[in-house]
Amino acid sequence: MSNNPRLSLGPILYYWSRDDVFEFYRRIADSPVDIVYLGETVCSKRMLMRTDDWFDLAERLTAAGKEVVLSTLALLEAESELKRLRRICANEAYLVEANDMGAVQLLRGRPFVAGHSVNIYNERTLRLLAEEGLKRWVFPLELAVGTLADMQSARPAGIETEVLVYGRLPLAYSARCFTARAHNLPKDDCQYRCLDYPDGLTLSAQDDTRFLALNGIQTQSAQTCNLIAELERMRELGVDVVRISPQSRHSDRIIDIFHRCSTGGMEPEEGGRHLERLMPVGSCNGYWHGEAGMQVTQAQVRELSAE
Amino acid sequence: MDLVSPAGNLPSLKAAVDSGANAVYFGFRDDTNARHFAGLNFGPAKIADGIRYAQQRGVKVFLALNTYPQPRGWSRWQRAVDQAADLGVDAMIAADIGVLDYAANSYPELNLHLSVQGSATNYEALRFYRERFGIRRAVLPRVLSLPQVEHVVNNTEVEIEVFGFGSLCVMVEGRCILSSYATGLSPNTYGACSPASHVEWRETQDGLQTRLGGVLIETYRDGENAGYPTLCKGSFCVAGNTYHAIEEPTSLNTLALLPALQQAGIRAIKIEGRQRSPVYVAQVTRVWRAALDACRRDPESYRPQAEWMAELGKVSEGTQTTLGAYSRPWQ
Repeated sequence: MSNNPRLSLGPILYYWSRDDVFEFYRRIADSPVDIVYLGETVCSKRMLMRTDDWFDLAERLTAAGKEVVLSTLALLEAESELKRLRRICANEAYLVEANDMGAVQLLRGRPFVAGHSVNIYNERTLRLLAEEGLKRWVFPLELAVGTLADMQSARPAGIETEVLVYGRLPLAYSARCFTARAHNLPKDDCQYRCLDYPDGLTLSAQDDTRFLALNGIQTQSAQTCNLIAELERMRELGVDVVRISPQSRHSDRIIDIFHRCSTGGMEPEEGGRHLERLMPVGSCNGYWHGEAGMQVTQAQVRELSAE
Repeated sequence: MDLVSPAGNLPSLKAAVDSGANAVYFGFRDDTNARHFAGLNFGPAKIADGIRYAQQRGVKVFLALNTYPQPRGWSRWQRAVDQAADLGVDAMIAADIGVLDYAANSYPELNLHLSVQGSATNYEALRFYRERFGIRRAVLPRVLSLPQVEHVVNNTEVEIEVFGFGSLCVMVEGRCILSSYATGLSPNTYGACSPASHVEWRETQDGLQTRLGGVLIETYRDGENAGYPTLCKGSFCVAGNTYHAIEEPTSLNTLALLPALQQAGIRAIKIEGRQRSPVYVAQVTRVWRAALDACRRDPESYRPQAEWMAELGKVSEGTQTTLGAYSRPWQ
């Protein structure tokens, strides 16, 4: 029988002040997450946290017993971004999460993690990257449980699978900054407006349906993906790690709820009810069920336990 | 610089060839390529005719096999690679690492191009595909500035192809799942963005509404030209303002940049629009042929001619709708 998946905390996707970041991770150090991903993955202009600050945090969290992974930029355009990436990839203390094939290239031959913006849609891709040193991969956000099951039965030995189970979904990356655009500012003079939106800037359709969240050059779902009802299924499928994406408030409570639900201290239904109150806009889980990502589908938990 | 034109069907392919394309690109009639639209693309008989028509006239043919197979679909993509090799195409354009790996191993003589859907924006990523699969060429995502494009060219042995004209993806291609968030179908999984099967048109008191997957994308008042509801080109509301929050319905046109692109060492210019008509393909190919020839002859005195711009203006996406009141310059 498979073990309970370990709990990870993904990288902070938003732009928070340096103090807020340090304070956030001070609390995370005492939380029951097993793995912490650290670093800027969205915009290279977000410089309040320097690379050395991230290494400093990595040390503190390691000392607190966490496994630390350094996460990297998803959209690499400038040489300065590659330079910073090379420094992170060359570090010998921590595992690195590649979020672009450029990072995979720099990490070849060493153990690494592939984030969800590295497209691993089939077992041949997974096998090839395993030859290159891949140790853990994050399941693509838009794929369904059926594909996960197929991938799990075909994955090479020793490869860990991680699934995002909670957070606004990163859906796209652009050269254009949509937060700056919302303020009529050019990207080169963005005035760091992202600092005003610690969970992204919600975008609605003209009928007021909340739809997306702007986060600088990244576009996210307005709804928060929540797969707490699927933890049991993930355990059955041998998922090794489940990922929670940070939000500006309640992350410690969210972690606690997932921890209790995965260790039997709370029913997923109850956990789900608590989580609904902690999200910026409401939840979605359509991708998991093979539907539009924004859909909400009632979990079919009982069907599985009847097997 | 070569001119690479779209061929959604046999008449378009002939139009591209006859109008001066150096190469045409097309796909099979299924979800193995990123223009998986009803009535578009090539079955087995037409594809052989098309390849013959182009190659007899010295025009190269590139087959797009640029979506991402999942385990259950894998054998179909594998067969498509086999067919591409059998057909004797001049290159196969692919994105998925598994597909590239299968092609490189099974058909070492088959030229491989990395599709824009492969999402490689930097030379380190290109180095991976070059070293693992021997790709000869890559199509760059539409996210780089001209100096950034030039920097990529200067740091890779891979030939670089860029988009010159057509509908504009604002997001880095291959890693945009906005479409599947609203519809369940994306370029990566299904070969279409904002698929027609999920489009609704609704007359309301406020005007003509277009929806995608139930999400209101645009409302057209009386007299406004209605456009196709591509998700990222809709009008949305952010912090109390309603505008084209992501992008206006507009086309890319780099005619004015040709000398700089030539100077940067770009190998080929790609025209978007396999879903467009043979008339579009002929018009755009003709203009770009004339422009490329003029630029090659004398890059110093090259200027985009007014008649070229007018001709391209007629077929641009921007003519389908007005620009939003809150429109802003790109950066």
